[in-house]
Amino acid sequence: MNKSFLSAAAFAALSMTAVNAQAATLDDVKARGELNCVVSTGIAGFAAPDDKGVWAGIDVDFCRAVAAAVLGDGEKVNFVPTTGKTRFTVLNSGEGDILFRNTTETMSRDADLKLTFLPVNYYDGQGFMISKELGVNSAKDLDGASICIQTGTTTELNLADYFRTNGISYEPVPVETNAEAQTNYLGGRCDVFTTDASGLASTRASFEKPDDHIILPEIISKEPLGGAVRHGDDQWADIGKWVVNALIAAEELGVTQGSAAEMGKAAGDNPSINRLMGTEGDFGSMIGLDNQWALRAIEAVGNYGEIFDRNIGPDTAIGLERGLNAQWKDGGILYAAPIR
Amino acid sequence: MRQSNQGKQQYEPGTHPDLPPPLGTTGPIKWMRENLFSSPTNIALTILAAFFLYKIIPGAVSWSITDATFIAEDRNECRALNSGACWAFIAQRWGLFTFGFYPEDQRWRVVLAFVLLLMVIVALLWENCPGRKVLFKFALIFPFVATWLLLGGFGLEPVATDKFGGFMLTIIIGVTGIALSLPLGILLALGRQSNLPIIKYACVGFIEFIRGVPLITLLFVASTMLSYFLPPGTNFNLLLRVLIMVTLFASAYMAEVIRGGLQAVPNGQIEAADAMGLKYWPAMRLIVLPQALKISIPGIVNTFVGLYKDSVLVIVIGLLDPLGIGQASLADTKWQGLSTEVYLFVAIFFFVSCYAMARYSLYLERKLHTGHSR
Repeated sequence: MNKSFLSAAAFAALSMTAVNAQAATLDDVKARGELNCVVSTGIAGFAAPDDKGVWAGIDVDFCRAVAAAVLGDGEKVNFVPTTGKTRFTVLNSGEGDILFRNTTETMSRDADLKLTFLPVNYYDGQGFMISKELGVNSAKDLDGASICIQTGTTTELNLADYFRTNGISYEPVPVETNAEAQTNYLGGRCDVFTTDASGLASTRASFEKPDDHIILPEIISKEPLGGAVRHGDDQWADIGKWVVNALIAAEELGVTQGSAAEMGKAAGDNPSINRLMGTEGDFGSMIGLDNQWALRAIEAVGNYGEIFDRNIGPDTAIGLERGLNAQWKDGGILYAAPIR
Repeated sequence: MRQSNQGKQQYEPGTHPDLPPPLGTTGPIKWMRENLFSSPTNIALTILAAFFLYKIIPGAVSWSITDATFIAEDRNECRALNSGACWAFIAQRWGLFTFGFYPEDQRWRVVLAFVLLLMVIVALLWENCPGRKVLFKFALIFPFVATWLLLGGFGLEPVATDKFGGFMLTIIIGVTGIALSLPLGILLALGRQSNLPIIKYACVGFIEFIRGVPLITLLFVASTMLSYFLPPGTNFNLLLRVLIMVTLFASAYMAEVIRGGLQAVPNGQIEAADAMGLKYWPAMRLIVLPQALKISIPGIVNTFVGLYKDSVLVIVIGLLDPLGIGQASLADTKWQGLSTEVYLFVAIFFFVSCYAMARYSLYLERKLHTGHSR
């Protein structure tokens, strides 16, 4: 995804002064009565305003879940739209409390940009889309192809790595946005379009004849997308981390948006559910919240499976399968740490 | 004598009626002969242009009007209904494009502020406007009224500035920038010519610094760096920061445009003002500036138009102007891929506003034309 050299440069210059607004984010958020959540200016299925101007998407739902856990209302979110260039500066300068912006967790971002990443909420990977007419079935046959690629992103670097490893050449066609890439690709100015597989799927779904295009089987990079908070406020990082874990665990335990209220009324037979719902133990106070924090988050947006299905699942226009993002019991790698 | 006039009509002296001029020296034919077919090169160019128009216009009309869809729920419905443009996208998102995320039940406030703005603009720009004097007084308090209407408080529900977006945002940035950059620019231009070294070098330094830095950099500074420089806990509104940066940027350019005008005013005018016993400010206000500003009108309007269009750069710092709303909208799976419609729509909006400014500047130039220009 977008890697910002500019913000990296800004940080190199400013990391010395990046100390304000660090401690006690929880208190700030409670005092403000609103969560400032850093999202993108528009990525299909992850964050985009609908016709009424209401934000929707996976990232948006995670913002709402955190707001519900902390403030008791999933609507009390102020979405801060950011570009790939500004997202980390906005978070680190304190204008955003938490970031869910389709962001790949990398070592340099974690350590150098001083972010604390939350558990992964979507496992993505970079793929290729190509017109069926060209008869290419593998990325290894792309020697000499012209490729539309968003500039300044990790996808650009991954692409160079992949072609170098396989000893084949390509001709990059740099574009700025996804929409531009789409126009260029459909207009025949590049043979291949490469970006994260989720992006390819949603782009393809919007074509007039989606079946004329195929997504090649090769996934050339790991893109674990997750939320992030600033360094220096571990309690706040814990809240983000456990809200994400709770939503994933809720699916595993069969707690849904509809059934959460009922299950939260009284302790049941399953101690894992009881701990999640706050009917057993005292886990909320460990992160500075009450014991119904997870219950409220699930009531606001549903469990992970429901979030996935609503925004990018097989029944939506994007139509992605769960794949890697299935629960570990179902062959995926979603594996929430236990709440106990 | 009779024979020589055989077959010809006779008129008494003074009663000869005016005959129509020969065909081809008037009307459309004359115009076409003079403008389109006056030389072989022109004939070739005309035919070429006509050919291109013939190729383009039918396609453009059918795409944008006859084959277009105006009412639909999503893009697939558009596709099912017709093959052309999907204007339903714009129609469905009209509110978003106009008001951004401003709460729906409060949008009347924006409309009211806009209507008041139009009244003030008409009063300021049109000399024969009825009730001009009253409106002039109102223009002085208009900024406060508009701020109150848009932001709320004092009896109205407060609305945060991050809910602003779309055309509303463009107009706020444009109007504020235009209204503030002209006086600031005048002061900077005068300061640059001042005999007082501190004022002079402060103005020169400011102008050269701002002109030497791209607007996008200033916006980045405004959006991200300021938070580091300001003391912790200060919450400095993002829109306000953008307004300040845009205004400063435009005023630096404005200062140079006006300096050009000032230099065109002959020195004798200032000396004459001195001889009349006028002090610096009256001399500037009554003698120099009216002449200098009149000369600078094209440049000033040019700067205004540039500033107005530059407002789309705010998307890089996450404010959603019409273009930003358009890009965000394209990420909605319901409408993905309709970029042509969005960009065309935004282009039309900007063209209409900028063309209006250009026409007004021409009108003003003609009105103030007092025989000096060639």
